[in-house]
Amino acid sequence: MRRRSLLKTAALLPALAPLGARVVSAMPAAEAMTPALIEAAKKEGKVSYYTAMDLSVAEPMARAFEAKFGIKVAVERSGAERVFNRIAQEMASKIARADVVNSSDAAHFIAWKREGWLAPYVPEDVAKDVPPDMVDPDGLYCNQRTHLSAIAYNTKLIAPGDAPKGFRDLLDPKYSGKMVKGHPGYSGTIMTATQQLSRELGWSYFEKLSKQKVLQVQSATEPPKRIEAGERAIAVDGSDYLFWMAKERGSPIEVVHAVEGTPQISNPMGVFKTAPNPNAARLMVNWIMSPEGQKFIVDLSGQYPANKRVKQKEGRPALSSIKTLKEEAAVVAEKADQIKAQYAKYFKV
Amino acid sequence: MTARFDLSRPLMMAVAALLAVMIVLPMGWLVVYAFADKAGNPTLANFVTLFTDPDFLDPLITTLIIAFSTSAVCCVIAAPLGWLVARTDMPLGRTFRVLVMASLVTPPFVGAIAWEMLAAPNSGLLNQVWRMLTGMPSDEALFDIYTLPGLIFVIACYTFPYVFILVANALDRMPGELEDASSMLGAGTWATARRITIPLALPTLAAGALIAFLQALNIFGSPAILAIPAGFNTLTTKIWSLFAFPPKPELAAASALPLLVLTVALLRTQSLVLGRRGYAVLGGKYGAPRVVRLGGLRLPAAALAIFVLSLPLFLPYAALLNTAFSPVSSQFVTPETFTLRNVIFTFRELSSTLPAMQNTFILATLSATVGAALSLLIAYVVARQAIKGWRFLDFLATAPLAIPGIVLGVGLFLAYTRPPLTLYGTLWILLIAFVTIELPAAYQQIRSAFHAVHPELEEAGRMLGATRMRTLWDITGPLLRASAIATWCFVFVGVIRELSAAVILFTSETKVVAVLIFDLKESGDVGAIAVLSLTIVVITTVVIALANRLRGGRASLRAAA
Repeated sequence: MRRRSLLKTAALLPALAPLGARVVSAMPAAEAMTPALIEAAKKEGKVSYYTAMDLSVAEPMARAFEAKFGIKVAVERSGAERVFNRIAQEMASKIARADVVNSSDAAHFIAWKREGWLAPYVPEDVAKDVPPDMVDPDGLYCNQRTHLSAIAYNTKLIAPGDAPKGFRDLLDPKYSGKMVKGHPGYSGTIMTATQQLSRELGWSYFEKLSKQKVLQVQSATEPPKRIEAGERAIAVDGSDYLFWMAKERGSPIEVVHAVEGTPQISNPMGVFKTAPNPNAARLMVNWIMSPEGQKFIVDLSGQYPANKRVKQKEGRPALSSIKTLKEEAAVVAEKADQIKAQYAKYFKV
Repeated sequence: MTARFDLSRPLMMAVAALLAVMIVLPMGWLVVYAFADKAGNPTLANFVTLFTDPDFLDPLITTLIIAFSTSAVCCVIAAPLGWLVARTDMPLGRTFRVLVMASLVTPPFVGAIAWEMLAAPNSGLLNQVWRMLTGMPSDEALFDIYTLPGLIFVIACYTFPYVFILVANALDRMPGELEDASSMLGAGTWATARRITIPLALPTLAAGALIAFLQALNIFGSPAILAIPAGFNTLTTKIWSLFAFPPKPELAAASALPLLVLTVALLRTQSLVLGRRGYAVLGGKYGAPRVVRLGGLRLPAAALAIFVLSLPLFLPYAALLNTAFSPVSSQFVTPETFTLRNVIFTFRELSSTLPAMQNTFILATLSATVGAALSLLIAYVVARQAIKGWRFLDFLATAPLAIPGIVLGVGLFLAYTRPPLTLYGTLWILLIAFVTIELPAAYQQIRSAFHAVHPELEEAGRMLGATRMRTLWDITGPLLRASAIATWCFVFVGVIRELSAAVILFTSETKVVAVLIFDLKESGDVGAIAVLSLTIVVITTVVIALANRLRGGRASLRAAA
């Protein structure tokens, strides 16, 4: 199947192949949410959405899409690294289940693109209103939303005066046994953040951190729930939107944007070539990237929208006001195994 | 013994063929993988890695510590409790027996999550209560579940019922005459227990210890929940991590083979030791079991039983109920904080809930039916040595005990993602996995029931001209009915509890509740986990209760005898 797709690509670009040296983009024409697309999608009647977004956002978003179009959405949620395994396992067995895929590890899209698993699709709103650096040059995927992997703490357990200001502060013995953190082997957010932090602070930082009796959990969506429950005082990392959502419903949580910079995580989304419901998949991507879909995510979770026409949530700090660390998906794609092995060496799991 | 042709032979051959598909093929793939490198060339490098690399050696040692400790703890708890319930006038004995069975309904990974709610060092409810009572400082903990003893404790909580049931059932079946004789000859209650009851129960206790050992050796769910936060791996969690991208199935297969060898050796030892002891105690004659009067110890005994039951049952379910209706799992529900949010989320928003429930109960029902039928057939063939090669059937039916479910999952994955039987992505592959995993325990249970039915009854039927099938149907069947139904329930519950193979073999459309709970745990959605767990436990309990009405208690067994 893969060979055939490669042949097809070669047939499409016979004239460009000899040029070799220059990467030529093949952005497909942007498509609107036409009545024909909606009709075809409704005929399929269902769509599967593989994602790492927290269920408290992904499921309501799926229900909103269902309510609007009458198309049933099956949300397949796990940590991005596990979603990646799952898809690899299904694809290797020629089981085509995934329609829309969305990951908090942008490197996954580099891998899927290399495998030839992604179908080109560019919604009109993406072509018009999403910054070009968030869109794949071949139109195979585009960023759905951005979030951060922030430090946070429970104000009942740590007085704001005693709170850490950045990552290096976390090595202070007074925080030993008080921290919880996610795992790069399960979470795409943490994988992305680990690459950025090991670049900025060196691996020796993680070696020292591992001696602080850190409670190790899996997904980046769990540390927020653990500090809310009071199991640990400080989250070393975690999806920032969940810290904010907890704070906004009255939990004693404060977010810290580290002095060293906060890891930034994009969440690309694409449609699989083998999608069993290709029209519903395209409609879903189209709707999520439209102002309506983007606004739904922003209103519910306050993640940073990809669509420029949608404003970020009131009361959250502007992304431009936060010192963030640069995301390097290509490096993650190359070094993911190394990062996992290095991390496991220090944290023992 | 010359056998006249009857239906049994082709049937037995079919069973052997089925077992080959279920076990030999995936095991074959495992062996091939264990001795191959990435390119498929033969090598021993995987074993060198396994026994020299601390990344593999440490989990191996940890796993053995867990298995030995769990087995010991289970026997120490289960044997006295089984005896109290079966043989004494301890109050509420029957209720306790039912409740221990009920605790078996709890999937061990649900138990592990519930114990996190109870005994996480800071947010654990027990630690909070203790702090309130004693003023213990907030950064100290009475219990810390994220430790090796914590993990052993949780595994033992959900393994001891196996041992308990075996012991209690054996004590039920033991004839009263021997004990009566002992008393008549002047031995006191305790001397009789020591000289007659305990030696007769010992083979069963040994079998129970073995089951507990193997359960702990192969368990995946509880370590997967607790070992990652605790910062260590067991062999099963290590094997699971080897299937993360990029998968290293050859190392995983190599890690599984020592478990296989160890288990086969243990099972051989068991059959050598017990094989010489005739303990067919249910013949044509039968006496009522004696009841030991505890006198002043009745209430302390009941208190002990209640305490033991609180560990797998009362406390975890209290924690699950609390979490199900609480906005934050670490807060005690009060009338002000009571919320249905988690229930609404689980049933109205979470899209996997209903498909996963449906898959789970379809698979549990099918697996239980197929598994009980298969166990009966094999146990019959083995107990009566009905065909040549019965030893091989016996081996095959017990062999899956040696395979961690997760590795069996991979073996099945390797075997059935290719023609001629492309089963991956269907419920069939899960059915094969579940039947295979549950077969050893189901088979052992029925086999020990067969051991207790003396062949003289069948021989009488055969002498009177009945075919083997007819004899099985008319004589052995009714005698075993209670055991068969118990085995059906056993497999049904086993499937609800099963996670390790399912976690490899599921796809998004063949997800079972165990996998859904595991996914929810990964993201820390304990509210939904509590609601789902309570739901499947209630449904399972109803199913088991209905099945047990068919069983009709001990009276029917005695009437049949």
